[in-house]
Amino acid sequence: MTVAPTSAQFKTNAHEALGDARLQRALPHSRNFIGRRAAAVARLPEFEALRDSARDIKNHTLAHLDLYLEAYERKVREAGGHVHYALTAKQANDIILDLCRERGAKSVTKGKSMISEEIGLNAALEAAGIEAVETDLGEYIIQLRGEAPSHIIAPAIHVTKQDIEADFRRVHLDLPRDRDLSQPEQLLGEARGILRSKFLAADIGVTGANFLIAETGTSIIVTNEGNGDLTQLLPSVHIVIASLEKIVPTLEDASQLLRVLARSATGQDMSVYTTLSTGPRRPDDPDGPEEYHVVLLDNGRSSMLGGEFEEMLRCIRCGACMNHCPVYHAVGGHAYGWVYPGPMGAVLTPSLIGVAEGGQLPNASTFCGRCESVCPVRIPLPKLMRHWREREFERHLSPRLARYGLGVWAFFAKRAALYRLSTDLAMRALHLIGRGKGRFASLPLAGGWTKYRDLPAPQGATFQSQWRAKSGKVK
Amino acid sequence: MPETTKSPPRVGLFVTCLVDLMRPSVGFAAVKLLEEAGCSVFVPSQTCCGQPAYNSGDKATTRDIAWATILAFEDCDYVVAPSGSCGGMLARHYPELFIDEPQRAIKANAFAARCHELVSFLVDVMKVQKVSATFEGSVAYHDSCSGLRELGIEAQPRLLLKTVEGLRLVELEGSDVCCGFGGTFAVKYGELSDAIVTQKTANIAATGADLLLAGDLGCLMNMAGKLQRQGSAIAVRHVAEVLAGALDEPPIGAPAPRVRQ
Amino acid sequence: MSARETIFESIRRALNVSGNEAPRRMAVDDRLARAPKGVIPSRGGGDAAMRLDVFKAEAMRAQASVAEVARYDDAPAEIARYLRENNLPATLRMGGDKRLTEMPWSGTLIEISHGPSDGHDLNGVSAAFGAVAETGTLALASGADNPTTLNFLPDNHIVVLAASEIGADYESVWSRLREVYGKGAMPRTLNFITGPSRSADIEQTLLLGAHGPRRLHIVLVAEA
Repeated sequence: MTVAPTSAQFKTNAHEALGDARLQRALPHSRNFIGRRAAAVARLPEFEALRDSARDIKNHTLAHLDLYLEAYERKVREAGGHVHYALTAKQANDIILDLCRERGAKSVTKGKSMISEEIGLNAALEAAGIEAVETDLGEYIIQLRGEAPSHIIAPAIHVTKQDIEADFRRVHLDLPRDRDLSQPEQLLGEARGILRSKFLAADIGVTGANFLIAETGTSIIVTNEGNGDLTQLLPSVHIVIASLEKIVPTLEDASQLLRVLARSATGQDMSVYTTLSTGPRRPDDPDGPEEYHVVLLDNGRSSMLGGEFEEMLRCIRCGACMNHCPVYHAVGGHAYGWVYPGPMGAVLTPSLIGVAEGGQLPNASTFCGRCESVCPVRIPLPKLMRHWREREFERHLSPRLARYGLGVWAFFAKRAALYRLSTDLAMRALHLIGRGKGRFASLPLAGGWTKYRDLPAPQGATFQSQWRAKSGKVK
Repeated sequence: MPETTKSPPRVGLFVTCLVDLMRPSVGFAAVKLLEEAGCSVFVPSQTCCGQPAYNSGDKATTRDIAWATILAFEDCDYVVAPSGSCGGMLARHYPELFIDEPQRAIKANAFAARCHELVSFLVDVMKVQKVSATFEGSVAYHDSCSGLRELGIEAQPRLLLKTVEGLRLVELEGSDVCCGFGGTFAVKYGELSDAIVTQKTANIAATGADLLLAGDLGCLMNMAGKLQRQGSAIAVRHVAEVLAGALDEPPIGAPAPRVRQ
Repeated sequence: MSARETIFESIRRALNVSGNEAPRRMAVDDRLARAPKGVIPSRGGGDAAMRLDVFKAEAMRAQASVAEVARYDDAPAEIARYLRENNLPATLRMGGDKRLTEMPWSGTLIEISHGPSDGHDLNGVSAAFGAVAETGTLALASGADNPTTLNFLPDNHIVVLAASEIGADYESVWSRLREVYGKGAMPRTLNFITGPSRSADIEQTLLLGAHGPRRLHIVLVAEA
């Protein structure tokens, strides 16, 4: 379930996250992906070349997106599928609801889909009296908890084993109360049984798509559990919900991207199940859906094209950026307040929900650059975050005090002689005050710093004043 | 060693505002290293590389400061900064600032091409292979983010540190993980910055090292400040101080010794 | 204006194109027709013997089990052994693939049933469409020969694969698909399968048998 964004309260969210002992115990798990990705990369000499190739394919596709969409649409129809276009989240939900109502659907199973989170599909289905069952184990767990995913690949990474046991006992009331759920295997076995009956009973299966292939009209899903496959295989209707930029031109292009996707996400060379689906079942297929519908969602993507944030459309949703981000490690995904956390969320969220709502996110970064260094499609994430800061500055959206302070600093920084004189005086004074201890535990105007750490005292006269005194000249 | 038949390279020292204001001894250590490597060092009148404005989204101010810097360092063969983040700003971001202004872009690109961080300049350009300094003790080295990721500085400081007699380099877990400074981030998102630096100081403490080094004073002040708030005894210095044998001044955040010569 | 029209107009406006530009159309048509290959890892390459070795190593790395037999006719005995050694009932469901149906099952005590699975089968067997050495991956195509439900519903999935069908890379599967189904056409489902189903969603503990099969057993047939 996705509620209204709280990205504008990032600082408050972060504060809560830092004080949440249970969350802090669970968060280190996301760091495991770092070593695994590194190991997978080390095993593949062609990895860097593949990143370049993946980036180039995405750039080429985006530059020709209209034409590839047309080609894709043609092939889907040729294979007996239907293509629907949705400009907004609401339109997408309406299309899917109509498809469900027309067929009298009572129960929908869902493969993991971040787009469905973005549009709030589950809430729309539930409101229409249709049961929506998340089948990815992590998504199922958070669905029981009424939570949003906290990571785009491992949605329940913030949940402990004890939490899961408590939730299963609370919800799976038909099972014997004295059953043992102390081991992960037992929890998994229980989920498998419960969800198996849901898979078999579902009227409609909804999946996302990691990629859509224009050459063949194919949708690709990538899972380890096989839940996406059971979702799209068993019911009589398969609906794919995907955003426009998921298009890739050919099968060969798809394999370029697949080679960097799993490795970047979990450190696997390939996920267990990579499935290519094209249209409904064929005349001689004994299983498979009778109907195949693709809902293509815009929701802000087309306006990103040709603009400053176009490169963000290359994202293949691997999660590597958040796995390597010190801010994400500290506070987890929920602090970001909406669907997409971590560095990719910081760049994408303002584009989709606006700068006023999402603008804090690109500010909460040290620009350490680790995200960019691991992005499989080489998105310059810090640069894009800086672009958001530029937009906020232009629109005077930054806090007044910060802007004022910056203005004062800029005044001096643009006047070298004045700068040198005033800094020299100030540093000599601070040195005199602080030299006894060598540092300040507190200092007027420096509260933001000294609240958490000491501030080293300056050595006294500035370098430039000492240099001029020593050499009697500048340059 | 550079050829001695030509005149020594003219190096403009971009001292960086933090070194200029807070710890000039790092600047003097840098001068010493550059002169020992055969350079002739100049210090044009300067203020700041402009990062505070740049990372706050104020491109206009950044451009003004950048242009002044470019002009101030006009007739240097090289511009060298004892900082990966300032070095990265000058070498990588200055050209981006003037990308829409063909006239200024030419000068900006030429300038950027001459800009280097100190340790990588010594090793990669001046071909310094060793230093003559000594230091008895164990050292943990932190890779500052910009230096590492924008300028590829990783092997060079370790190469030189290993030639410091008596110095034992110990492995720092997560040496390539951000310390949480991030310039204005440390103040704007203080609690978050604190959480990140706390993780860093835990890793530092686990090394048992006598001394923490890095190539960026911002990171160093952040880590030193946290270590000292936590009551840690580990000393913190800029890598240039150890490489130059310039250890007269107390470490970062430490008081001056009571007895003075 | 329909949503479709609005979206296309929005895209074209953002890209500053009309959509009729010949060079763009040619570039797209060309790429779709030629389907240029990109970077292909060398890992799965080499001669058939090397591909076989790499395939086996990678498949086992992904927790599939692998057994080798000389001929298709030897597969039933191997499969019977596999079921026995894993304490599994001697039942097996398969599709109509002649490679499977024409095997001498009567030499074993396995109770064979045919057709797609409805969830009541413990063991299923399929014959592969192809395989990819670079990652130890099987390719399985939907259809009456090998119904897709057999890949996911049974607890234990056995796949029979001729060693000669192991391609070096994914590109070999794309070529084969085009040969069999025609350029631009696909079966309803093509599954790439690398090991048994798994999840790490419970405190990052790796567990097999999330929703799909707990076990994947690959029977490699040496004969061409």
